[in-house]
Amino acid sequence: MIWNEEYETLPREALEALQFRRLKSLLETVYARVPFYKAKFDECGVKPDDLKTLSDLGKFPFTYKQDLRDNYPFGMFAVPQEQVVRIHASSGTTGKPTVVGYTRRDIDTWSELMARTLSGAGIGKGDILQNAYGYGLFTGGLGAHYGAEKIGASVIPISGGNSKRQLMIMKDFGSTAISCTPSYALSLFEVAEEEGYDVKSMPIKVGVFGAEPWTNEMRTEIESKWGIDAVDIYGLSEIIGPGVAFECIEAKNGMHISEDHFIVETIDPETGENVPFGEPGELVFTTITKEAIPLIRYRTRDIAIINRQPCKCGRTNVRMSKVMGRSDDMLIIRGVNVFPSQIEAVLVEKKGVLPHYLLEVDRVDNLDTLEVKVEVEGSFFSDEIKELQRLTREIEKDIKDMIGVTCKVRLVEPKSIARSEGKAQRVIDKRKI
Amino acid sequence: MKITQISVFIENESGRLHEVTGLLGNNNINIRALSLADTSDFGILRLIVNEPDKAYRLLRENEFTVGRTEVLAVEVPDNPGGLAGVLGTLSKASINVEYMYALVERSTDSAVMIFRFDDTSKAVDVLTASGYKLMKGEQIYEI
Repeated sequence: MIWNEEYETLPREALEALQFRRLKSLLETVYARVPFYKAKFDECGVKPDDLKTLSDLGKFPFTYKQDLRDNYPFGMFAVPQEQVVRIHASSGTTGKPTVVGYTRRDIDTWSELMARTLSGAGIGKGDILQNAYGYGLFTGGLGAHYGAEKIGASVIPISGGNSKRQLMIMKDFGSTAISCTPSYALSLFEVAEEEGYDVKSMPIKVGVFGAEPWTNEMRTEIESKWGIDAVDIYGLSEIIGPGVAFECIEAKNGMHISEDHFIVETIDPETGENVPFGEPGELVFTTITKEAIPLIRYRTRDIAIINRQPCKCGRTNVRMSKVMGRSDDMLIIRGVNVFPSQIEAVLVEKKGVLPHYLLEVDRVDNLDTLEVKVEVEGSFFSDEIKELQRLTREIEKDIKDMIGVTCKVRLVEPKSIARSEGKAQRVIDKRKI
Repeated sequence: MKITQISVFIENESGRLHEVTGLLGNNNINIRALSLADTSDFGILRLIVNEPDKAYRLLRENEFTVGRTEVLAVEVPDNPGGLAGVLGTLSKASINVEYMYALVERSTDSAVMIFRFDDTSKAVDVLTASGYKLMKGEQIYEI
């Protein structure tokens, strides 16, 4: 279901003309109203007038998360405070929170984007959406809430947690859709089993999942356990919150970016140069309709692939793949950008489950070397040397095909790779440069 | 006729072999035969022991990567050309030997070799039809 037929199916030419108009006016606004941008543009020697075509956007400087922190709390705002009707913020686990504001029109835009998102999942008037994203400073809960009201669905603003009550309400109210993180959907299922709920007999038919990375395998698991369709959504509070991109239920193959509100670029995180669509790159967004806190070329650090192929749902805007990794994790080996997640993908493919692994990068005779240590668990083991060697060669070849760099795979014993309590350490870089 | 062999994945690191054999010894598991195949990075220790199930469990519990394979223990005439005779029979039947190693046998006059074949069942048929004696699991485990 397409919510906004006119804008979601704009022919590319018309879309780009619209983007250009909106971008032009935005550049003038931020230059005039945000001291940060005035200083930055001046420093780079660019003026809003330098935008003659859309591709001139590349002349303008990037905006980083750090810029929002440096201007904490309201320094990046482009409107006076009395026009700001809502303030959200990130959790600030790595420092000061990132603060974002919304004007009344921004809230309308956001509701429109989430209306598209929910419609894309096949949710509409008459549906009962159990919204289990957190309400509060976090953008997930209220973002989905406003979108659901806009399409005329009945929203249950239940927020996250309290699984037993979630299940009781789901059954008693007859929720037809749920929005939450994919991992919460799985944990809710476990509680349903313990409590003896037969979720397949409930009217729930679709889940709108996001706010954390998840795999297609996880999708299959959620869909078969719950007996529902599961679609992926993408967003970040700096850009607007949820609603930046969403999957359509028809294709479930990449998330449509609402290009009439955001210009997306993919760049090489090292050089900052644009990479062609179809190749992995860091997502960079320019918000062309936001009023309170418009951002020019915001570096998301998320790596994904942009697909321009037409989609069978009829939408004309591009689709982004799932986020493949974070540019902060990127390694440069012999000049090639390598992400641990790419190697992870090869290993999962071989084993069916993710083994513990470690990438060791070193420099020998001025040449970078990559060794991939993989723990050999039961399912992987053969009593024949040649079989293990064949497997080793095969992984080496698949990694080479994936990243374009030769590596050495070393099979190691289980538990020989150090475990960490938090995020697993996947890389040891021994290079002294 | 088939005998259970335990295989253990071992990194080429000093002390690892000692840990495996020590663990088995401390739990009263007796090693009847073994072979160690190695590469520069890792090795596979193959063992015939008196209590294969217990050994398998024990090694798993101690987080070794361990596998179980069916092998054959063939009595080979202890004279020049004895082994060649066995291999000739197998070769004629197009049975491939994946690997083999010797077992120290004290109760008969023959030498005993442990064989791993690509087709174990077929090897059983061909060898018995040609008059070779295969040792039973109980015989091996209780030597």
